[in-house]
Amino acid sequence: MTDKTIDDPEIEEVDLWVSGTEEAEWDVYSTDEGAQKMRLEETGARLTEQLGSVVTDDYDLDDIITEDERMIINMGPQHPSTHGVLRLQLELEGEMIRRSKCVIGYLHTGMEKTAETLTFLQGPTNVTRMDYLAPLHNELCFSLAVERLLDIEVPPRAEVIRILMTELNRIASHLVAMATNGMDIGALSIMTYGFREREQILAFFEKTTGLRLNHNYIRPGGVAADLPPGWRADVSDICDTITGRLTDYEDMLKENPIWVGRTRGVGVITAEECRAYGITGPTLRSAGVPWDLRKAFPYSGIENYEFEVPVGEHGDVYDRYRVRIEEIIQSVGIVRQAADAMPKGDFRIDDRKVTPPPRHRIDESMEALIHHFKIFTEGFRVPAGETYVAIESPRGELGCYLVADGTGKPWRMHTRAPSFYNLQALPIMMADSVVADTIATIASLDPVMGDVDR
Amino acid sequence: MSEDLRERFPEAEWIDSHDQDVVRIAPDQLLEFGNVVHEAGFEVLADVTAVDWYRTRTPRFDVVVNLLSMQHRRRLRILVGVPDGDPVVPSLVPIWPGANFGEREVYDMFGITFDGHPDLTRILMPDDWEGYPLRKDFEVGAVPVQFKASHQVN
Amino acid sequence: MSVRRTAPSNVLTATVDKAARWAQTRSMFPATFGLACCAIEMMATGAPHNDLARFGMEVFRASPRQADLMIVAGRVSQKMAPVLRQVYDQMPDPKWVISMGACASTGGMFNNYALVQGVDQIVPVDIYVPGCPPGPQGLMHGILTLHDRIMAGKA
Repeated sequence: MTDKTIDDPEIEEVDLWVSGTEEAEWDVYSTDEGAQKMRLEETGARLTEQLGSVVTDDYDLDDIITEDERMIINMGPQHPSTHGVLRLQLELEGEMIRRSKCVIGYLHTGMEKTAETLTFLQGPTNVTRMDYLAPLHNELCFSLAVERLLDIEVPPRAEVIRILMTELNRIASHLVAMATNGMDIGALSIMTYGFREREQILAFFEKTTGLRLNHNYIRPGGVAADLPPGWRADVSDICDTITGRLTDYEDMLKENPIWVGRTRGVGVITAEECRAYGITGPTLRSAGVPWDLRKAFPYSGIENYEFEVPVGEHGDVYDRYRVRIEEIIQSVGIVRQAADAMPKGDFRIDDRKVTPPPRHRIDESMEALIHHFKIFTEGFRVPAGETYVAIESPRGELGCYLVADGTGKPWRMHTRAPSFYNLQALPIMMADSVVADTIATIASLDPVMGDVDR
Repeated sequence: MSEDLRERFPEAEWIDSHDQDVVRIAPDQLLEFGNVVHEAGFEVLADVTAVDWYRTRTPRFDVVVNLLSMQHRRRLRILVGVPDGDPVVPSLVPIWPGANFGEREVYDMFGITFDGHPDLTRILMPDDWEGYPLRKDFEVGAVPVQFKASHQVN
Repeated sequence: MSVRRTAPSNVLTATVDKAARWAQTRSMFPATFGLACCAIEMMATGAPHNDLARFGMEVFRASPRQADLMIVAGRVSQKMAPVLRQVYDQMPDPKWVISMGACASTGGMFNNYALVQGVDQIVPVDIYVPGCPPGPQGLMHGILTLHDRIMAGKA
């Protein structure tokens, strides 16, 4: 117990960044990490404030330990287990994490600014690069917002294609979540298996959209292209493979004592905390709340499909893993129903305002050529207004707040990124847990830093 | 419920925006209104953002708060006009702790201050960044690398 | 960086140089520097379907001290730039940099305040891999091109 105060000159500043490496000579410059330097106590005070009202601080640090026993370590932004460039400041007391803080922004891409310079038709190109594990969800959300402002409805075939593609994307995203969660805890085989199955889905995406990621496939007014020949066989192949292999994963993980020991009771969060912090998706459902936007606010005709919303009980890492596995099974069901129900017809709206003319018309007609040119240079005009559309992405509520001013470009496009708000759960989940559980907790939250920082 | 709210806040302006409930409210009423709707069942704050109406409207900024009620399956959007000279809004963190990151992002991008926020610092940009990037008077194009410490690149 | 620069000149340099280059290409350890979408493709390159292990390169090192190739996979923001430079400085010589994807090479479609418009403004780049994101085949082609250039003494 020392009687030093914050203003005591004897307390040295703790450099959070250059830990274990030599002092970089540029650390005096303005834009480097030195700007994040904080005094130890200042950090503590700040973190207490950050924890908000739901979590109470149930220990008194100053009574128990002295300065030397507390340590702030820095994890990331360049770290293999932080899923990209997340940076954490952890305040440790021995092996226990007392407080933590997320530092984000290392992947800030300024997409909301760029969106204001792109037309509504170019918009999906931009938003698809946000959550790069679920690009089709981003495109769908943006397109739905534009369509609501335009007050148009896409043809039934386009809606079913959208559901088919986004649910396949959800499977791929959850497979990566499972794979990386396993890799972080040390179950390396699950990592290779998860990526193997995902590759099959990506091959189908590449066949349909032309790219493995960042598809720009779902656009305002429908989708960019019809499904390729032979899609039915591909899709049923994927469904069969996934359901077959899932049992392998269950054998490997479900009752594996190491896996269960590392995940049960780790990173617990309650339903009340989830609501208070705006945490959605599998994390919320693992805490026992059957909240899924596909049921609550259905979009693209998802209300016509039969599926269940799996929930967990304890809100721990194991339950989140279980919820994702169950969601994969449900999504496979939706994909099968979508493939069976696929109606014939147009894959994009037959509205000259929004849709470019078909290719053969451009060769024949001057007007069609001009129309094509104008739609891709100026874009179509969207009536002034604002709207907020939310869909259920693999990570939670993905929202798009769109403001149009009557021109061909959005006045403001904002994305409500699920990972961004979910990250607020980390300090709660990790409080009073051991360091080794940190990575299991991060992985189970499945944050995508492109989604967080945008 | 909305009739009740209309009576309690007669100055609030109710808008129907593409079948969504939107209410425009004065900054000094925001906390009170937030408390009332929180009691009324809007237990989740989905999103906080802002819009810059540079040279098109006064007041210049709109702070946009998207609320969600899981029990009633409803959404409510609050718009708060903020003037250019002194952009201050009361923070919603005391009511919804989840507003923390969202308000920090708005502060970072628009320079709108949230009175009563526990840790109002830049969240996405470096701490010493100058300017507020999502304001309309901020240049759209690229800026030079702000990282001044580069060693000689060979 | 070649042996020729550091070793005093003598009769053997030609052969030692070649042997050293061969050794460098055959045990190249990439640092995990995943940033954005390209990082997912980089992981897919190491995953079973594409299997980077065929070139003796599947050992992604988490510590830059153990790595000699940095694959800048994704967009580099203004905030990340000093971190990237520090990781590069921590890597032991000889070291190489692959700029993977449009964003790392030129800023890509994001011509705005947040991104460094090309990672070559911060670190010297040996190979640019085009694509948004480049597929695993594209990355592998970039890596093999780097091997060729090292063997030819050009990198």
